[in-house]
Amino acid sequence: MKGFWRDAVEFFPILLNGVALTIIVTIGSLLLSTVLGLVWAMMRVSGIRALSMLSASLINVIRGIPIIVLLFYLYFVMPDLGVTLSALQAAILGLGIAYSAYQAENFRAGIEAIDKGQIEAAQSIGMGWWLTMRRVVLPQAVRIVLPPYGNVMIMMLKDSSQASTITVAELALQGKLIASSTFKNTSVFTLVALMYLTMSIPLILLVRHFEKRAGKR
Amino acid sequence: MIELSDVHKSFGKVEVLKGITASVEKGEVVCIIGPSGSGKSTILRCINGLESYDRGEISVEGLKVDRDAPSIVNIRTQVSMVFQRFNLFPHRTALENVIEGPLFVKKEPRAQVLERGRALLAQVGLAEKADAHPPQLSGGQQQRVAIARALAMQPKAILFDEPTSALDPELVGDVLGVMRKLADDGMTMVVVTHEMGFARDVADRVLFIDGGVIVEQGPAKSVLNQPQHARTQDFLRRVLHPL
Repeated sequence: MKGFWRDAVEFFPILLNGVALTIIVTIGSLLLSTVLGLVWAMMRVSGIRALSMLSASLINVIRGIPIIVLLFYLYFVMPDLGVTLSALQAAILGLGIAYSAYQAENFRAGIEAIDKGQIEAAQSIGMGWWLTMRRVVLPQAVRIVLPPYGNVMIMMLKDSSQASTITVAELALQGKLIASSTFKNTSVFTLVALMYLTMSIPLILLVRHFEKRAGKR
Repeated sequence: MIELSDVHKSFGKVEVLKGITASVEKGEVVCIIGPSGSGKSTILRCINGLESYDRGEISVEGLKVDRDAPSIVNIRTQVSMVFQRFNLFPHRTALENVIEGPLFVKKEPRAQVLERGRALLAQVGLAEKADAHPPQLSGGQQQRVAIARALAMQPKAILFDEPTSALDPELVGDVLGVMRKLADDGMTMVVVTHEMGFARDVADRVLFIDGGVIVEQGPAKSVLNQPQHARTQDFLRRVLHPL
């Protein structure tokens, strides 16, 4: 135990560099997946057949490819096609695209859970599609969507570790590098696990808060 | 003002409207009665384009109702609708529900809309509930807010789709009272209802619909007191004397 604390004090600052990258990758891909997911979901519920089918196929293609393969594709294959991305860019793009499929299905479920009477009431006062979405459907869907959205945040935080496979020196890779040069596997990986857990706890509490609020109405 | 001519409508294989021809004049109160499933609500929903119709024509002030044409917004801002289940926006206060249309669809100045919204809530007896959210209101109060929301559009006519059917019996009177006052003020109203007392006292005209056709129509008192058609007689007997 004493050894662990001594190692912790030594490795903690190095691992913090990894934490910074983990947070950057998580937030970056969270934002990207949210925007893309919203676009897919809107296409899906647009009522325009071509858009809805395009979105459904995109979602299925994205869902059918493992994140790690998506990352390899962006980082190793894109340069052959003339597009060179930094490891960080590829990580954010890959995770963002991969998670956009889940976000889209989540958003769509929230939108479709809104009572049809709400949409009719909006139409009956002359609202068009977009105004109905903006003023009536989305504000109500947010309450339904937030708890699963929080869960996605937690999953993305942990899945950001997959960026290590394309050389992004985030927390997991930082840990692996220290471990392989010091052989202090137990200390290092315990520390890494604790650091992920520490970052997850606020998110877990946030989800609980969302769930309570959604249950109120 | 509202004209329906030979309107047909099917849901899949079931033809719910089989050639409805009727008109509603400005300032008139028309009640539509009939057994459930007879197509009463569908007529209302076709008039403001919530449903499409297959054949025939519906027009409002000479403008053809076509739910896929841009003109439908114009029609909907002139013909408001009150729903059986109120359909208030639960995430907005009573006042916000009322001003939503004028503010965001008709883009009227906020101060003016707020003033009118408060006046309308007072008119339906809910001035003190302006800041309450719909779930905090009783069914009768919610329906009165919904009527205020319909009025806020300053419509030329209001369609009521069984406005009291979802209410506890003791709350029906408040809503009917508000509607009667509107009728007295000369509002053009089409009301699908099971409230025969309201139809008799307030309506100018009653249409009895069964099986997707207008079986009988005429002045409220004559249709309700001396129905000519056997089906109307049978329906009224069962509604008025259920035991």
